[in-house]
Formats: sequence, C-alpha cells, structure tokens
Amino acid sequence: MSVLAAIRPDSWNFPLLVHLLGALVVVGGLVTATASLALAKGEARLLRLGYWSLLAITLPGWIVMRLGAQWIYSKEHWDDLPDRLIPSWIGIGFLVADFGGLILLVSLIVGGVGVYRMRDGKGSRLLKATLVFSVVLLAACLVAVWAMAGKPS
Amino acid sequence: MRFDDWMLAFHVLSAFSLVAGLILFWALIVVGRRTDTPAGTLSLNPLAKVGSATVGIGMVGTIVFGLWLAFSIGNYNLWDAWIIIALVLWFVGAAVGRKTGEAFLEGPRKAEELQSAGQTGPNAELLALNRTSRGLLLHSLTSLIVLLILIDMIWKPWA
Repeated sequence: MSVLAAIRPDSWNFPLLVHLLGALVVVGGLVTATASLALAKGEARLLRLGYWSLLAITLPGWIVMRLGAQWIYSKEHWDDLPDRLIPSWIGIGFLVADFGGLILLVSLIVGGVGVYRMRDGKGSRLLKATLVFSVVLLAACLVAVWAMAGKPS
Repeated sequence: MRFDDWMLAFHVLSAFSLVAGLILFWALIVVGRRTDTPAGTLSLNPLAKVGSATVGIGMVGTIVFGLWLAFSIGNYNLWDAWIIIALVLWFVGAAVGRKTGEAFLEGPRKAEELQSAGQTGPNAELLALNRTSRGLLLHSLTSLIVLLILIDMIWKPWA
C-alpha cells in the first residue's frame, strides 16, 4: 500500500489533503474536548471550552473530512465497484464517519443543553454524557485512522 | 497487515497526535487571551500538560516510525528529496515548538509568583503575558511547518 501511495496520481493529492486535514481537525477537536471536559472538575470555563471545542473545531472538521472522503472516493473510482469488492478499510472509514457524525450531533445537542443549564448551576450530568460521547468518538476515530493508514485486507 | 503497514499506521497515528496537541494549544491560546487572574491561568496547566504529552508522542512517533519506513520500504531512500525536506522541516518545527513553549510558560510563571505573593485578583501584566504575540507568532509558524510537512508527505516532490 505504501508503494501504491508513492505512485498515486497527482490529481488525487488535493482531495486527499482535504480529507486528511478534516480528519486531523476532528481528532484535534475531540482530544481538546475530551481533555477539557475530563479535567474541568466542575469549572464552568473548562466545561464550556470542552463543548465549544466539539462545536467549533470537531464539527467543521467532520464536515471537511466527510466531503474530502467522498471526493477522494469518487476520484479513486471506488464508486464504480460493487460493494463486495470495497476493501474493509474503506468500510471502517465510512462506518466511523457516518455513525460518528450521528454521535457527534447527539453529543452536541446533549452538551448544548448542558451548557445552557449551567447558567442555573445545573447541566454537569449532561456534560459528563458529552464527555462519554467524546471518548467513544475519539476511540472510533483512532481505529479509523489505523484502518485508513494500515489498510488491513 | 505486514509489519511495515503497522509502522505506517503508527507513523500516521503519531502525526494525528502531534496535530491534536497543536489544536489543543490553539484552544488554550484563545482561552488564555481572556485570562487575567493567577488562578485562571494556573487552572489551564493540566490541559497544557495533555497538549505537551500529545505533541511529544507525535514528534517522537513521526520521526521514529518515519525513519523506520524510509529504511524499510524498498523504493524509499533517506536521501529522497521529499524525505530530506520532511526531516529538515521536522527539526525546524521542533526548534520553533520549543521556543513557543517557552513563550507561553511566562504567563503561568508570573501567575505562580502572584499567587505566592497573595495577589489573586486580575493583573494587567499577567494578561499581557497570556496574550503574548511572540508566542502566537511562533505557534502559527509551528502549525505552518506541520502543514508543510503534511503537504510534502502527500505530494512527495521529486519522488
């Protein structure tokens, strides 16, 4: 696969860069959110930082990553092949991107309600749930990065 | 998966760790710009430690696994232009990153001084240190260098 990467046509490079940049931002946002929410110890500023990292870093990164994924998928003509011929590393990538996107949306809604309720001194349970979602998403993203890079099967 | 595929996966995961640390520091820079109290400044330390750890893992992992791949994969050589460019950028990035860390440590140092002197209220000098424009410039430069490494890794010029 590394040899394949070396002979990749130049026209694939930019879509790959877009996909990769988006994925890097997603993971960066998730690490920031997870660390902030986990280390907040009830401090409102860090809880807000955790939530806003998901909203202002992870979500835009996810959109760029997903658009880039579709672009490079189309450039590499995987969409011309029947599903049974699609390698598992692409399947893992799509699974994590699409289900991960849903989990991200749910965590943003739950966390958003939590941040709103912080005004009344409440909402910490909802932000703990957001932390759990972030940890799950981060773990799934790392599996996807491993699959995309190592290309099992 | 062959052994080299695992090494490539760890190389890429290290790159993700490095960029995650840089992004975490960007978030801290934004928060730090509105922080003028010793307690507020020092409460960001645990997050900064996470950032330092992820950057450290990323820097070590990218160079170790990257060099392994350069030696192990038949059609790559250490003297390939794109690998030399990446190595030069990595070393420049490491040096600039170290300077960035030094610039952003001045705020927490001042916060500790103020706290030990019993001054817990807002402090203009502390705010100025937390808003260090030198640190901001250096962090921007580090981020740009990492972006250039990424572009070099994808385009592999003169490969």
